Amino acid sequence: MRPADLPAPLPAAPHDDAYDPYDAERPLLARCGCGGDHAPQQHNGLAALRAAQQPGPATPSVQRADGSTDPEALGRRFIEASLVKALFPHEPVRRAFLRAVGRRSAMAAIASVLPAGALTSLQAMAQEKKPLEKKELKIGFIPITCASPLIMAHPLGFYRQQGLEVSLMKTAGWALIRDKIMNREYDATHFLSPMPLAISLGLGSQAMPMNVATIQNINGQAIVLANKHKNNRDPKNWKGFKFAIPFEHSIHNFLLRYYLAEHGIHPDTDVQLRVTPPAEMVANLRAGNIDGFLGPDPFNQRAVFDEVGFIHILSREIWDGHPCCAFGVPTAFIESNPNSFAALYRAVLTAAAMARQPKDRELIAKVISPAQYLNQPEGVLTQVLTGKFADGLGNVRNVPERADFDPVPWQSMAVWMLTQMKRWGYLKGEVNYKQVAEKVFLITEAKKHMKELGQPVPEGAYKKFKVLGKEFDPARPDDYLKGFAISKAA
Amino acid sequence: MNTPPTRAERLKSTLLSLLLLALLLAIWHLATLKPAALPAPAAATLTPEQIEYARLMGKDPATLAAASSGSGAVSGKSGFPTLGQMAGALRENLSRPFYDNGPNDKGLGLQLAHSLGRVALGYGIAALVAIPLGFVIGMSPLLWRALDPFIQVLKPISPLAWMPLALYTIKDSDVSGIFVIFICSIWPMLINTAFGVAGVRRDWLNVARTLEVPPLRRAFEVILPAAAPTILTGMRISMGIAWLVIVAAEMLVGGTGIGYFVWNEWNNLSLPNMIVAIGVIGVVGMGLDALFGRLQRAVTYVD
Repeated sequence: MRPADLPAPLPAAPHDDAYDPYDAERPLLARCGCGGDHAPQQHNGLAALRAAQQPGPATPSVQRADGSTDPEALGRRFIEASLVKALFPHEPVRRAFLRAVGRRSAMAAIASVLPAGALTSLQAMAQEKKPLEKKELKIGFIPITCASPLIMAHPLGFYRQQGLEVSLMKTAGWALIRDKIMNREYDATHFLSPMPLAISLGLGSQAMPMNVATIQNINGQAIVLANKHKNNRDPKNWKGFKFAIPFEHSIHNFLLRYYLAEHGIHPDTDVQLRVTPPAEMVANLRAGNIDGFLGPDPFNQRAVFDEVGFIHILSREIWDGHPCCAFGVPTAFIESNPNSFAALYRAVLTAAAMARQPKDRELIAKVISPAQYLNQPEGVLTQVLTGKFADGLGNVRNVPERADFDPVPWQSMAVWMLTQMKRWGYLKGEVNYKQVAEKVFLITEAKKHMKELGQPVPEGAYKKFKVLGKEFDPARPDDYLKGFAISKAA
Repeated sequence: MNTPPTRAERLKSTLLSLLLLALLLAIWHLATLKPAALPAPAAATLTPEQIEYARLMGKDPATLAAASSGSGAVSGKSGFPTLGQMAGALRENLSRPFYDNGPNDKGLGLQLAHSLGRVALGYGIAALVAIPLGFVIGMSPLLWRALDPFIQVLKPISPLAWMPLALYTIKDSDVSGIFVIFICSIWPMLINTAFGVAGVRRDWLNVARTLEVPPLRRAFEVILPAAAPTILTGMRISMGIAWLVIVAAEMLVGGTGIGYFVWNEWNNLSLPNMIVAIGVIGVVGMGLDALFGRLQRAVTYVD
């Protein structure tokens, strides 16, 4: 009666899986996961659930699946198949149901009635089994070393490995990145890490739910001053200085303001902060229009290389391990393309893990320097990424952790950024710091994917850290905010 | 009208142009001449750290003396380029104008093609709107007076001001670019068409009326030929503006086009490539203008 030998797996389901309970086009062959010839009841005690089941005839495809899949995964899938079988004892009913509602809705509906304990793993596996909703993705980036993982994943083939066809779109500025992701011209993008918080809160734009999937890089910025200030390195004397920053909602802005304020300089009244694209920072420094900038690499090193400025301090000397850029997506993209998003996640995390390795840094400098990516001299990028660099004062410094690539989107960092937004008047009124941080920074997702990729997964979500020697307690952001001498917050 | 120049006069003016070019290049050369190479410290007297520092700064201490003799070998430095560097950049860009290394790195020719395509589209739509509308306005003094304040307010707005607004409302950067070309190049065409149409000699219109020429035929066979030189002047000015706007728009939006090319080279602080691109923009603009100049001569009449 039943077609015993189905020829080949259907194109929609790439896994040759005889136990796939969500496939309306083929019969559910729930046999024992161990591959033995006994009934499954004897094997795993699911007798009650499988009371109505009538074991189908053995088919070659079952044996193939038995041989090629690891027993544990196969076992779990078998349990899921058995559960579905129990819900739909009558085979034509199951298949009619699936045809009517579709695979995903069926999965969600079944998940809502199955015992909770079994579900997480089953759902996670079901996610992986599903095909990518969107294979051709457009990802925006700004040509700076902060975007290294996102960029290197392209020439090194990490996107293709996940079945994605990614076009990396070089973009002229952060405001344009914001506009293009909000217009849905880009599917995902390189962000300054405070930007998704600002966009989600509707600061400087309409509000649109945005997520940080990973932090792209940590450290990797610097305060660069014009050569004429070589003998004026005490921030207390910097009244009247003009500084360039890349964007208002940037860690650069917050770090520079923090640094100046700690030295008694009010960033709003004592100095001028100008939003300037990085390439123009170097040109403005050369022309004498600005006294310095806190900007992204490679432009710090480029200023040294072009002999127009020197590195005053690295940003890691303000906050070691601070986040800088992030990889983000609109929440709506995740909801409508969960599998493509997961694939993208895996690609970027793989790249980040590679970028962390000091031994790979020279290769990375090589692959991201061509004109279609950073368009910078390779030697400058090597200095930035390896941390062995000329500082513009005649010294060769060796700081291997000058730039690093820890992808964990710590929610405590989001809380810190929100305190600074509030401190400088970008964000007004009551803020539920934790709620915003948890909505925007996807640390649970990141950890899940890191675990799947076999990467070390850290504990917790609210890592503590110090900024200029002062500890930040993410549990008490308001007290922290009150502790500053220079602040615009009420 | 001026009498056309004689052959001898044309030769003289060409010679003068070439002389001016040579003078310009000579000034450029002198201005970018590197100061005589300082006696380079012998490599032996440098400490290892100094040698390492020089290497990181892009100066190989061993060849420091050789490089400073000015062959333009010091690449990556963003000082104003010498003529030698310019020639190198020009040769490199013109030798392979159509390479395509993915979305962010295309040859100058391809970028130019993208820009010209955008201009053609934006300008074409502007012409389709402006010329009929100009006709209507030109024929009706009442409408002209009513629309004039709007035209005068919208005309002077810079493309840079339109761009963010367009991005915000249209939500598509390519269409926004085309819209900005459209909105900036429409005005000269509109005003000139209206002006030309309004200025058609009364006698001709009266003759047409006496002969009972139907309105459509009157428009196409009397007014259009009479106003054509003015309309083409407007189209020529608009083309100049459209070409001016495209660079600004593409520098803002990015992606493709000659403006994006300039921005990308600016990001690399590479002046030689930027100057090559600027030169190309100028030459193409001149070509477009010459094209319209020829069209204009074709429709000019002498009464």
